[in-house]
Amino acid sequence: MWSVSEGWVSGLAKEIYFRSGENVYLCFQCQKCSSGCPVNFAMDYTPAQLLDAIRLGEEDLVLSSKTAWLCACCETCTTRCPQELDLAKVMDTVKMIAMERRIPALPKVFAFYDSFLSDLKIFGRIYELGLIMWLKLRTKEFTKDLGLGMEMMKKGNLKILPHFVRPREVQRIFSKVMELERGKK
Amino acid sequence: MKYAYYPGCSLQSTAMGYDLSLREVCLKLGIELVEVPGWICCGSTAAHSTSHLLALALPIKNLQLVQKTGIKEMVVPCAACFSRFKFALDQCEKEPELKKQVEHILDEPFPQGISVLHPLEIFSRPEMLGQINQQIKNHTPELKLVCYYGCLLTRPPKVTKFDQCENPTSMDKILSTAGFFPQDWSYKTDCCGASLVFTETELSLKLIDKLITQAKLLDAEAIALACTLCHTNLDTRQKDLKKISGNDYHLPILFFTQLLGLGFGIEPKKLGLKKHLTSTEPVLKKFNR
Repeated sequence: MWSVSEGWVSGLAKEIYFRSGENVYLCFQCQKCSSGCPVNFAMDYTPAQLLDAIRLGEEDLVLSSKTAWLCACCETCTTRCPQELDLAKVMDTVKMIAMERRIPALPKVFAFYDSFLSDLKIFGRIYELGLIMWLKLRTKEFTKDLGLGMEMMKKGNLKILPHFVRPREVQRIFSKVMELERGKK
Repeated sequence: MKYAYYPGCSLQSTAMGYDLSLREVCLKLGIELVEVPGWICCGSTAAHSTSHLLALALPIKNLQLVQKTGIKEMVVPCAACFSRFKFALDQCEKEPELKKQVEHILDEPFPQGISVLHPLEIFSRPEMLGQINQQIKNHTPELKLVCYYGCLLTRPPKVTKFDQCENPTSMDKILSTAGFFPQDWSYKTDCCGASLVFTETELSLKLIDKLITQAKLLDAEAIALACTLCHTNLDTRQKDLKKISGNDYHLPILFFTQLLGLGFGIEPKKLGLKKHLTSTEPVLKKFNR
């Protein structure tokens, strides 16, 4: 399976490969991903630099970098990569590794994912008010976008009461996924 | 024509206008939408950022529900849900091992032969364009607009197989058939920041500002779109933009189905046009509504 090069291979690159099937050694640093990225201006390392760091085994740098967490999942890099690397998937995998080690570089973005999934697990569909509450409790930003939220409520754009759709089946999906993923490690 | 219909979570709350207008427009065009019974959330960004398996299992669960209805084609108006369904199908097809794992998680065989379609794909078929032309009541007022497709409908093209990746034209075709004036612009598939708006608001505002400024430079009187989160970002954040760039845009942001509905002579209220935070009045005035 892993037949890229003989000799030393970075542990992080290997882990990413086994989790996602994406081989960062394919990258030849053409910079198409980084020049097309809509959020490159806010990143501490460009996507191409991050791939290079993965290749060099710079774990601390990769996992503490904001880059993967600022990825908007717009899929421009994945679309344009001449080596057909699915960079967005690499970014997701970096985030997964950081989350498992409990060191998300941007804790607020992590809080959003976590709040979203908690909400989904309980209701089966996203209950936006619930999601907002979860997120505010996690980030402690109680006043952020409060005015906007009120306006949305006034226009009837946020449902007051949640639906409960297939809660048992959804919880079962979550626990079976966890079971399988734990078995893989 | 009969399709299974997967609205997705946002169409029941922040993007209600999309749901209302799509249903109204389909009714006029003789398309029957059968809501997938007991559909669940597709998992969206949160799922694929945390677990590869969860991101596959949730959409596939919904496809199993579709299979039980006996309908072979499913319409997904939300671009994010559309992308998650396409990804799940693509990955399970490529990797039989993943497919087995998903079947194990869901305790049910993989759904066979169900295709996922976006309303833009259906409406831009030649026979539908003909029908749209017939349904247009009166004369559509002269309205310059830009069509904004966003990220997830077109990218990555190998997965979504939607229109042309760098320059999609299906929405332009539909709206020009209905008598509107879609302008050529280079930002059709640029990113609005998506869910980063909740946590990295300033970053997202910069992207939104660029989109609206560019639309204004073309004298667009509205932006037409087909993605729920793009709509939320562009419609509800215009007041915040005033704080960062000082510009007061007041640019109406409409779903393409709402524009079609107006062209068909449907009441604005039935199309959810009163629910927008950036007033849609300038567009409605042109229709004498």
